[in-house]
Amino acid sequence: MGLISNGTTIFDAGAMSAGFGGSLTLIKKLTADGSTAGLSFVHGSANVVFNSTFKQYMFTFNNLHPSSNENKLVMQTTIDGTNFNVATTTTFMVAYNRTSGGSHALEYDTSKDVGNSTSFYSISEAAGSDNDQSVCGFMHFFNPADTTFVKNFWLRTSTDHHGDFHMINLVSGYVNTTSAITGVQFKYENNNMDAGDICLYGIG
Amino acid sequence: MGVISNGTTLLDAGALDSGVATGKMTLISTITADNSASTITFASNIDSTYDEYQFHCSNIHMSTNDSYLLVNFRDGGTAYDAVKTTTFFKSENNPSDNQGAFSYPTGDDLVQSTAVQRVSVPIGHDNDECSGGILHMYAPIANTKVTHFHSTFATQDMSDFCVNVQVAGYCNTTAAITGVQFSASSGNFQNGVIKMYGIGG
Repeated sequence: MGLISNGTTIFDAGAMSAGFGGSLTLIKKLTADGSTAGLSFVHGSANVVFNSTFKQYMFTFNNLHPSSNENKLVMQTTIDGTNFNVATTTTFMVAYNRTSGGSHALEYDTSKDVGNSTSFYSISEAAGSDNDQSVCGFMHFFNPADTTFVKNFWLRTSTDHHGDFHMINLVSGYVNTTSAITGVQFKYENNNMDAGDICLYGIG
Repeated sequence: MGVISNGTTLLDAGALDSGVATGKMTLISTITADNSASTITFASNIDSTYDEYQFHCSNIHMSTNDSYLLVNFRDGGTAYDAVKTTTFFKSENNPSDNQGAFSYPTGDDLVQSTAVQRVSVPIGHDNDECSGGILHMYAPIANTKVTHFHSTFATQDMSDFCVNVQVAGYCNTTAAITGVQFSASSGNFQNGVIKMYGIGG
């Protein structure tokens, strides 16, 4: 049943019409519990939407805690829903300051960027696994379903480094494919993701 | 027909009541490039309704190679020529992963200038090359403060470099900013979509 007011359709087929409501739609929240290596958002799986429904998607990273020390948060994408191995080039900037003072800088980290790599790539510096340490941040991913262009993304993460530094990481990249990207996987480089959640939003 | 729940009007006359919570990010308008123009202009609906305006740019692809994505602001009249001071820095890496670096290119910032501001590096023109990013603009209403903006864009350039461009600046005027214009430094917008959102309000 639909709802029409003064000739304008407000609701129909179980959804609010375009132009009503907000433009930021929470699609899926996944919570880490230490039982798996990472968190995967794959279109069509567990009610995840990651296709042409939205021109842009946003992921938020909330207190992602590694189960082992000195651990980088990494990601990869998939075009088939199973294999996370799409060639990607990234840049990686970091600004840091040591909790005890005396060491701070803005740098380009050549050990964290990648060139046309099909491996998982870093989106944070190496986090600590103390109980109060984690990684937070967000990522914008543009038009993953497009079949003409490469796929641009950029992100910021705030990291509690294992050496008791605070670090902000500015990362951007492009997934070098004209195939539709159907999923993204986030994990820690070593061992499981102990706690924290990642939310996927559609922006439309 | 209207809908009233427990004495509260939820919708009437084809619109949700202003008291109904709908989220704080509202799509205001969308412009899709069709290769007919070198500019994409948001000339209306920028006022005191929202605290912040965001411009989300997807798959920006110009009709000529090596073309920058530019932005300027209207602070009265019809011209997009607000006086601006800006900063510009970038990081980049190539597909061979041996030229990673960041820099502050002094030729890309502005000091009290009415000129257009670059928000990307030159965008590659191969069929699959493009740029994507977001421009934020805060409180563009006329008041006692200048109007701040900042942007982040990810671009595949003509040499296949991945480039992250960070721009921040302010329009040095207390007049209202009533329009925002994106332009190509050469050629037309061949492809791409820019959406303007209002935040808060």
